[in-house]
Amino acid sequence: MPEIKLDGLRKDYGAVSVIENLNLSMEDGEFTVLVGPSGCGKSTTLRMIAGLENVTAGRIEIDGRDVSKLDPKERDLAMVFQDYALYPHMNVAKNMSFALRLARYSKAEINKRVTEVAEILDLSAHLNRKPAELSGGQRQRVAMGRALVRDAGTFLFDEPLSNLDAKLRGQMRAELALMSQRINKNMIYVTHDQVEAMTLGDRIVVMKAGQIMQAGTPEELYRKPANVFVAGFIGSPPMNFLIAELRDEAGTVRLEGSGFSIPIPAERAASLTQHTGRTVTVGIRPSGFTESDAANATEMPVLLSEYVGAQSVLISELGGARVTIEVNSVAPVRSGEVRKFQIEREELHLFDPKTEAAL
Amino acid sequence: MTTASANRLTPYLFLAPALIVLAVALLYPICYMIYASFLDWNPSQRIGEADWVGLRNYANLLGDGAFRESLWVTIKFAAIVVTAEMVLGVGLALLLDRNIRGMSVLRTLFILPMMIAPIVVGLMWRYMYHPTVGIFNRTLDNLGLPTVPWLSDGNWAFASIIIADIWQWTPFIFILSLAALQSLPQSAIEASKIDGASGWQTILYIKLPLMAPVLIVTCLLRLIDAFKVLEVILVLTNGGPGLSTEILSLRIARTASEFRELGVAAAMSNFLLILLMVLTIAMYLYNKAAEMRAARIRAAAEETS
Repeated sequence: MPEIKLDGLRKDYGAVSVIENLNLSMEDGEFTVLVGPSGCGKSTTLRMIAGLENVTAGRIEIDGRDVSKLDPKERDLAMVFQDYALYPHMNVAKNMSFALRLARYSKAEINKRVTEVAEILDLSAHLNRKPAELSGGQRQRVAMGRALVRDAGTFLFDEPLSNLDAKLRGQMRAELALMSQRINKNMIYVTHDQVEAMTLGDRIVVMKAGQIMQAGTPEELYRKPANVFVAGFIGSPPMNFLIAELRDEAGTVRLEGSGFSIPIPAERAASLTQHTGRTVTVGIRPSGFTESDAANATEMPVLLSEYVGAQSVLISELGGARVTIEVNSVAPVRSGEVRKFQIEREELHLFDPKTEAAL
Repeated sequence: MTTASANRLTPYLFLAPALIVLAVALLYPICYMIYASFLDWNPSQRIGEADWVGLRNYANLLGDGAFRESLWVTIKFAAIVVTAEMVLGVGLALLLDRNIRGMSVLRTLFILPMMIAPIVVGLMWRYMYHPTVGIFNRTLDNLGLPTVPWLSDGNWAFASIIIADIWQWTPFIFILSLAALQSLPQSAIEASKIDGASGWQTILYIKLPLMAPVLIVTCLLRLIDAFKVLEVILVLTNGGPGLSTEILSLRIARTASEFRELGVAAAMSNFLLILLMVLTIAMYLYNKAAEMRAARIRAAAEETS
């Protein structure tokens, strides 16, 4: 199983630079997810790894071998496309075995592999059907099967679930996760959906405008976002951002914002003393608010209460800014009520308002 | 009349003008021709004065050696030009399906021959084929090679009209193939590259099969046109020498104008029409059946999944 390394990767389309100096390495058998909003260069990066786009500058190394000038077929990869990219004129069996037939495998070997994979993906009954005769979910599985029979070193996925409806997407996501555990290969997965990224990835690479914003495990990204972009992108509902001033009051570092005043725990305060007296961006996750009767709790109006099952999402206001609050649905909250909330001090994320980097 | 029935009639009202034009411009001449094919009719008579001869015109056709000869010439001509044009047109499209500088100019140049009036094409080629001052023989002569009797020898004349037709109509297949190529699902072609297909294998296993529906229709259109070709050959050889290049439409034109047998000419036209109709309808039915089968199975698949 190969290690993949991107070294100073760059992609220009004419005068426009889509990706500048991308550096990334992916370990053996790792499930890496490239995630970001559309136009962030994640698909282009994947297509460069696949060999479908030329590399303007930089190197792509697979197992120490520079493949950036090689044809896709010499890179030992399999790929699942967003629109499945099945061959419309071939039946399911032919679609899955195309690569094997090109590589001149024996009939028996081809049969064995196709039957095996069709079994896993529950496609055995449809082997003689053309793609046009299959439902969306079945086509998706054929696309997956075509990659699986290859037994390639690296699997690439370009938003493979985005054409499915919500229920099917959830199912396929789970199947994909199970499959990746079983085959234990290098996987690179592109998506714009942070839920997919969080649930599937061993490691997530958040991209924006052709640059890596942060790379790390799902937990690292959630617990310690490196900047405002990652903080706002990862997690659902998204993080609230407020403006506050960092004050040092008789040895206690406090956050003073309009409508709230929070003391910073002593162990964090030590590293923040150099920033006191400055304005900072405060990030609070919706789950960082808890209902409380304590004296220092803040009264907040509930503008809207959205019931989503076990949790309810409240839209509220704090010092003139809209905030989203996530609460347990056990005690229902109605729109128009005023409730008291406390901000969990451990859930505070502080960012420099200019550089947007975490403090 | 109730509002409901008026509403139902509205679409037909709007369609009526087109229908009338179609009936007058298409159905009337065809019916007229079918009727005429049962008559012994010469141009000096009004159609009402002509004698009814039933199927005699058709029966005579089968025994007419000249007609059979020109039918054979036509089939040979159509088969050769359409095959050659398909190979060249599709080949060119595969070559030029890429983004390089000046490609749009090149593509426009390629389709120029198709835009020239057939009579002009005929005249142009007649000058080029001219035994002494034509460019081909002059060039051969300058190179010290023997000249060729382009239009005066039966076999060469047949080859000459084929060359002219290929020159004029390859662009038609070229632009349709290019359009088909450019509308192919790019991701399927990319998938084939990842699956390890070489350029040739991609063409053979992916591009050509996917282009097949367009190619079949293109081929059919060209076949129909090739069966009806007239002007270029009329100008180039007028069917000669002998009957070597007398294609069916030329035979029909001569039967009507030279031999003054309008009924026989109509019967020949009908024969040609039926030949092409059978071809077209067979193709249409095949496509329809394939589509319906796919739709039915897909519907079943959507239900069970």
